[in-house]
This record gives sequence, structure tokens and C-alpha cells, in this order.
Amino acid sequence: MNKSELIEALAEETKIPLRDASMIANTILDAMSDALAANDSIEIRGFGSFVVKQYDSYFGRNPKTGEKIKVRPKKLPFFKVGKELKELVNK
Amino acid sequence: MKRSNLTRKDLAKAINEKMGFSQRGSGDLVDAVFDTLKKALLAEEAVKLVQFGTFNVRKKAPRKGRNPRTGAAMEISKRSMISFRPSKIVREKINQS
Repeated sequence: MNKSELIEALAEETKIPLRDASMIANTILDAMSDALAANDSIEIRGFGSFVVKQYDSYFGRNPKTGEKIKVRPKKLPFFKVGKELKELVNK
Repeated sequence: MKRSNLTRKDLAKAINEKMGFSQRGSGDLVDAVFDTLKKALLAEEAVKLVQFGTFNVRKKAPRKGRNPRTGAAMEISKRSMISFRPSKIVREKINQS
């Protein structure tokens, strides 16, 4: 499923025009990525949560050449599946 | 650094302010979005949102494990898990600040 399929399914489910469904999906996704960019966490009951983790710099290797390279410190969002969804997906 | 937490309520507020749906209606719309995502994932369909990231359903094979307390060998049944990979856009945005 991609974003346009999500929007179509949402419009059908809620019986709202496609244009509105599209704006809703974009508003939510933008708010979520803005939150992560600001280092905030996200918590959606029944779905899961996102936390930005900070990674220190480390020495890695180029897997192709075996060359040693320094990886800069970075931040990455980490998703933790909510309990409800975790259980449902295993049924 | 103070860290705040974005919740369903904040998303509903954003929709209410931007689109003029009632608070309650906005909350229902937020739920509808996540319900739609969940439905796709439960049908074992990956969800690719270019602007945010990709959710995948990964199947894990059964494997042998041990009860860490008693040391007894046991079979860990096959299971599925949902993984998330943030999009390049989000990864770059986070590391800019």
C-alpha cells in the first residue's frame, strides 16, 4: 500500500471526498515527521510509538572493500509496535 | 532538553485547525487513518509512505530457544513482526537539527 492507496481507502471508509482524505493523510504525516525532526516522540495508542535514538560515531567497514571508515554520529527514529497490533499480527 | 510527545490528540488538533472538522470528528479521522494502516499490515501488506517511511511485516521462522530462568530448551513458535524503516526525507530532516 502506498500513500495514494491509503488515501483512497480512507476516503471510502469515512465517506469523505478524496481531496479531504488526501489533506488529512498529509497533515498527519507532516505532523509526525516534524515531531521526529524536533526530537519529539510519538505515541499512538493501539498502533505504536516512535522515539528518536541518538547513535554515537563509530568505526565501520565498507562491506565491499573492507576499508575502515568513520561513521558520524546520527539520529534515527525507532518504531515500537503497540501491544494490541503486535498481538493482532500474530493471530 | 525537554522532549514532548505527539499523540492522537495533537494530530486531531492539527486537522481541526487546518481543515475545520470538529474536534471529535478530527479525532475519528485520525483513528480512521491508523485503522487503515493497521488493516493493510494485518493483511501482511507493506505500507510505503515516501514522505515518512515504510512499514513491513516480517515473518520469523520458529527457532529453538531457552527459558532464561530455568535453562530449559523450548521451541519459539513462528511469528510475525512489524518493522519500520524511516524514509530518506525523514532521516535527513532529523539529522539537520
